[in-house]
Amino acid sequence: MKLHQLSLFLENKPRQLRVPSKVLAAAGVDILTLALADTQQFGILRLIVQDWEKARQVLEQAGCVVNVTEVVAIEVPDRPGGLDQILAVVEEADLNIEYMYSFTFHRGDRAILVIRFEDGDAAIAALQANGINVIESVELFKQAKA
Amino acid sequence: MSPFRIENRLWDPPAETMPREQLQALQVTRLRACIARVAKVPFYREAFERLGIVWDSINTLDDLRRLPLTTKQDLREHYPLGFLAVPREQVVRFHGSSGTTGKPTFVAYTAEDMKLWSNMCARFLIAGGLQTHHVVQIAFGYGLFTGGFGLHQGVEKVGAAIVPAAAGNTARQLLLLQDMAPDVLICTPSYALNLAEAVHREGLDPHRLALKFGHFGGEPWTEAMRERIEQDLAIIAFNNYGLSEIIGPGVSGECACQQGMHLQEDHFLVECLDPATLEPVPEGQPGELVITTLTRQAMPVIRYRTRDISTLDYSPCPCGRTTARMSRVIGRTDDMFIVRGVNVYPSQIEEALLRVEGTAPHYLIEISRPGALDEVTVKVELLPGQFSDRMRVMQAFRDKIDREIHSITGIRVNVALVEPQTLERFLGKAVRVIDHRRLQE
Repeated sequence: MKLHQLSLFLENKPRQLRVPSKVLAAAGVDILTLALADTQQFGILRLIVQDWEKARQVLEQAGCVVNVTEVVAIEVPDRPGGLDQILAVVEEADLNIEYMYSFTFHRGDRAILVIRFEDGDAAIAALQANGINVIESVELFKQAKA
Repeated sequence: MSPFRIENRLWDPPAETMPREQLQALQVTRLRACIARVAKVPFYREAFERLGIVWDSINTLDDLRRLPLTTKQDLREHYPLGFLAVPREQVVRFHGSSGTTGKPTFVAYTAEDMKLWSNMCARFLIAGGLQTHHVVQIAFGYGLFTGGFGLHQGVEKVGAAIVPAAAGNTARQLLLLQDMAPDVLICTPSYALNLAEAVHREGLDPHRLALKFGHFGGEPWTEAMRERIEQDLAIIAFNNYGLSEIIGPGVSGECACQQGMHLQEDHFLVECLDPATLEPVPEGQPGELVITTLTRQAMPVIRYRTRDISTLDYSPCPCGRTTARMSRVIGRTDDMFIVRGVNVYPSQIEEALLRVEGTAPHYLIEISRPGALDEVTVKVELLPGQFSDRMRVMQAFRDKIDREIHSITGIRVNVALVEPQTLERFLGKAVRVIDHRRLQE
């Protein structure tokens, strides 16, 4: 049920982001979504790509520090209250969120939340028990292509 | 840790356990004799005249501070034997520094010096467990370098058996370690590490070698290196200190307690000074060792600036020796930088990084002065295994490095994590500090 996310270490200096972006472009890797966390000293780039193993390989060959993490993708209705409905379940189940980001598809009325939980398995169980649609990766990329 | 135990034995009990007041009285007597001897050296005669010093006016150890300092440069300017204080005919041995930065600096020894020197080496070897029935493999270079012959004479004095393997030829060293079954290894710490690696590469079990302990010196090393040598060779590793300009090995060495190196204070007057102000630093604070030879005949030196940074400890040692102990050399004055009035050594940064798991031994210190105040950035390479997608883990990692550096140096720095393999690698002496302040002046 979980999704593989690639995390990259970036030094906080000009042109750093271009390095992985160039490598992925050359390898023909399609980026579904990304999020960038930054501090004054360094940044962490988080990426969701379909062929994460290939992406990781080309990035590491290029000298990038890459880490693979499992995150949870949740489908939410793209309307006011959509996010809150999910967070209510998270609160109720006493789940810790490390970080999250979201994106929407070209069409449709739904958004996808990507959440890194402290305990991913517990989160999935609690979300599903509350009827929330946790999307697995095959389904996610199928929808993205549609 | 090694299963061997080191007996606490003394070579010269009256000298090594002398009450400190008595030791200081002896030092004053010997200092006066030394000043009478150096008066024959033109460099000192001129310096004394310039400073208006007559030997009769030197009556206490405090008077030492009035005496001129001697630097490596002074020795170079009087190349090759301008510091000789005895007629050339009385010299029985010459040695020299490595001369990595130019011509070697020669030093000379009279027969009396040779006797004193071998006894100094015997003292620290005995303090570090050497006994007459031991076999000792000496893997130091025998030549101008004082290490090989100095230790050789010390071991001979003790009466142990010597395998004079000399430096290099690792395959031969391994053969000797197995077949001659030495109990003791003497070499530089980096060569000991090299031998340890070779032992493992050849599939030898260090526990099956007769080796029990080692005496290592001739270059600065770290506690981390000691741990590795002790573990990988299954021995106890002792540190000793000396420099050819002073006499060679035998200035100080560790006893069984391994809590600092006992300075042979009946032969050397040792000061620990702030290299910038030349004022004494408080006990326990890092400073430059400045050494006066009290008993040397052929080439006595007054207040020689060693450029080695260490700390002194005058507290009594459990072994019973009353002499002051110096810490391992933590840096060189050449590498020191001053930030907001605090003296900092790259080795301190290195020590801090060693305390934090997951850092590579590659770092770079950059100093700048963007406004009125100095700013220090320590660039540290991130090891791939240490990287986390969670920001708080990364921040905690950075904070830990920051805290360790602060606790060791007393200054706050910016810790900048950089990608692995991005800092320059050095084959020889590494450049660890880039001071941008000089460029702005």
